Amino acid sequence: MGDITLYIGYGFILFGSLFLIIASLGLLRLPDTISRMHAGTKASTLGTLLVLVGVGFMEPTLWFKLLLLALFVLLTNPLSSSILAKSSYIKNGFYSKSNVDDMKDSK
Amino acid sequence: MIDFLIFLILVAIFLSFIRFVKAPLLLDRVVAFDTMGIIAISLLALLSVTYKSSIYIDVAFVFALIGFIGSITFARFYMVKDDDVRTDDIKDTNG
Repeated sequence: MGDITLYIGYGFILFGSLFLIIASLGLLRLPDTISRMHAGTKASTLGTLLVLVGVGFMEPTLWFKLLLLALFVLLTNPLSSSILAKSSYIKNGFYSKSNVDDMKDSK
Repeated sequence: MIDFLIFLILVAIFLSFIRFVKAPLLLDRVVAFDTMGIIAISLLALLSVTYKSSIYIDVAFVFALIGFIGSITFARFYMVKDDDVRTDDIKDTNG
């Protein structure tokens, strides 16, 4: 029984770390600040949540702290990404190859 | 097995550290630092499994809080335009 939960935890952590590597690759490869922000916050949120679920499978006594940490990441990460995107739009403008600019009307 | 997973997460931290070093703009550095903080949270959760101690989860809480407050503060004070800064109060108190 213990081995099964251990291997499920390993699987979750493996998927989560692959998502984290994809997030960092997107941070390296994408051409623009807002695109990098799109890669670096969404994919890393999902990767961190998967790693925390896997750790919860491996060490079930820690579940309350892991739940609090997952809720904190899930609440604060989109907030900081949103305000970073707004600040980047106001100070640095928009990516010139993109045609859609919804923020222009709402100013 | 768990050493390999820690190695994968260290690779992710290193890739975002490259972006942190060679960023063209200031907000790229802030975004890369935010991502590094988020990845460090999962690294600390893995370390708490490796060393069988729950204190690394508390360190992960501190990392999450510091990263969140740091990026919010940076973005908020970078966003303020120059003509939004009020200088009349300063002149009044000086003169």
